Amino acid sequence: MLTFLIRRLFTAIPTLVLISLIIFLLLDLAPGDPLADQPLSIPPDVRQKMRDALGLDSPAYIRYLLWAKQFFWVEPLVFVDWVTGTGFSEGMQRIVSWQFRAPVFDIIIQRLPQTLWVVGLAYLVGVLIALPIGIISAYRQYSWFDQVGTFVSMIGFSVPPFFSGVLMIVFFAIMLPWFPSIYDTTLVVNDFESFGQQIRQMTLPVMVLALQTTAQLSRFMRASMLDNLNHDYVRTARAKGMTEKVVLLVHVLRNSMIPVVTVIALGIPSIFGGAIITEQIFKVNGLGQLLITAIYANDLPMVQTLAFIFAVLIVLCNLIADMLYGLLDPRIRYD
Amino acid sequence: MPDTAMPILDVNGLKTVFRTRGGDVHAVNSVDFHLCPGELLGVVGESGSGKSVTMMSLLRLLPSPPAEMRDGTVMFDGQDLLTVSPEELRLVRGSKIGFIFQDPMTSLNPVYTIGFQLTEPLRAHLGMSKTQARARAVELLELVGIPDAQRRLKDYPHQFSGGMRQRVMIAIAIACNPQVLIADEPTTALDVTIQAQIIELMKELRRKLGMAIIWITHDLGVIAGIADRVMVMYAGEVVEEGPVREIFRDPRHPYTQALLKTVPAVRGARAEKLQVIEGQPPIMWEAPAACSFRNRCQFAFDRCGRENPALTPVTAEGHRAACFLLENTSTKEPEAVDG
Repeated sequence: MLTFLIRRLFTAIPTLVLISLIIFLLLDLAPGDPLADQPLSIPPDVRQKMRDALGLDSPAYIRYLLWAKQFFWVEPLVFVDWVTGTGFSEGMQRIVSWQFRAPVFDIIIQRLPQTLWVVGLAYLVGVLIALPIGIISAYRQYSWFDQVGTFVSMIGFSVPPFFSGVLMIVFFAIMLPWFPSIYDTTLVVNDFESFGQQIRQMTLPVMVLALQTTAQLSRFMRASMLDNLNHDYVRTARAKGMTEKVVLLVHVLRNSMIPVVTVIALGIPSIFGGAIITEQIFKVNGLGQLLITAIYANDLPMVQTLAFIFAVLIVLCNLIADMLYGLLDPRIRYD
Repeated sequence: MPDTAMPILDVNGLKTVFRTRGGDVHAVNSVDFHLCPGELLGVVGESGSGKSVTMMSLLRLLPSPPAEMRDGTVMFDGQDLLTVSPEELRLVRGSKIGFIFQDPMTSLNPVYTIGFQLTEPLRAHLGMSKTQARARAVELLELVGIPDAQRRLKDYPHQFSGGMRQRVMIAIAIACNPQVLIADEPTTALDVTIQAQIIELMKELRRKLGMAIIWITHDLGVIAGIADRVMVMYAGEVVEEGPVREIFRDPRHPYTQALLKTVPAVRGARAEKLQVIEGQPPIMWEAPAACSFRNRCQFAFDRCGRENPALTPVTAEGHRAACFLLENTSTKEPEAVDG
């Protein structure tokens, strides 16, 4: 297992280098001028100096290598310095956002908590609700519970968040003023009251996002359970005199989790990708919103870095899914 | 013949129906049989004759829906297994009645070790601790002839061959020393040499443990070698039953006769041409009102299409058959004896 892990991590390196290059080249091809939003009154020579300062006119491969150096060497050093208090990265050029005129990673670190709280929690809630629903739906196939569950997940599956989000605001923020419709990022949680306020402002976006996760996963879980319930080993377990609880939660569940775990693990990168639409609706300034504003503003270093971080996460979560697969299914061993 | 002993399992008028979209399929129709302690009852019949469904109905192992036990009683240990609570039934399954299934490749859970799957019933039914159960599991694996048992407890089903998996299944079925063992075609999925090994193992276990066995098969050769009594099933009904010697020497039901002719004779001067029974058993969309074998029977006459023959005694030793031809022959027989 460990050799497999190490081997996979090494093979991930060329993959990621290639991905970063493709992202860079695609962004380089995109039209648009990062200085387009500067006032027209700036004299052309000053404008040219600004371009030189940003390195916009240097050849593509130099810009790419510079970015790669900053991403793989400078930023890790900054992180080491931040953790240990050393000064390795002093005087080195970090990846700077053109839009914010600040290091990209500092801004990501500012935005990360909102995304993790809202999108991450929604994912967790979605998974925790979806699994039992899927299990019960499959075990009591065609019961009223299954019918309702299937109907709700069909709705959750087909209604886009820009609709369900607005609907939630109309119902639970305007008609019934229970929850705020806007997420207040400046809220500092330091006592019981502000904690309650934080919970309340998280509720609506979490509900919208969790509905989607639940809808997808519960259907998947149900299908996987149904598939396994018909297997011969289930009959063997019953013939051995095992309780229905053991049959279901020990014998069938573990087999059914094998494909579901992969889906759950592969969904994790999308948490960090943020929920672009939902974050927009509820004004959560998380990573999704950061990415979309960076694209509008032609902030190429930011877009490049965010896209690449998502790529890293996808590769990592693929690896995690494969490892979990091996843990759950003894027929798959990576020796 | 342990025929006089009190039966340990007594099945009366068992009816099992599958509710399907096309209508009800009557898979088991008023089946009666009994099993005496220590006896080996062979159940034969072609695919779709209701052998497995009958035996699975006894322990309510069929998925319901679609299966439904409409009628009958299954008396075991002073209680009717068809009406006891699920909890009481659970205490019978695996502890007093063991079950071996046809396909050892799929009957074991692929993601748990053999040790886990074997100790499960020991811990659930006999209340053994983990260490006790493991020690007993090693004994059981040795009993069914799995070498290096201690180490193999940690192995998963996919690390065993088909024959070895069936041995594990047998070990699971006999783990709690059941009074009855139901073996549902335990050798069908195995190749011939492994089949012979498994049959030998079952004979040996029966000698050592003395349990009653119901052996479902379509292999008449196997039955001839091990069974005390044979029950022949067709279209969800028992068409003939009796001591194994009588059934093979003097089959009375045309189906049994035809079935025996489909088996190649190894001995004898020159093998006769093998016969086949034309056609297939019917799908029972309705409970039988007439003899269900009539369309494939060379002796069928008009009465066979009007009434369904009941099992009638042929000899005093419990040989019974369900055929109208029997009424003619059995009246003739005493004359022949007299003359």
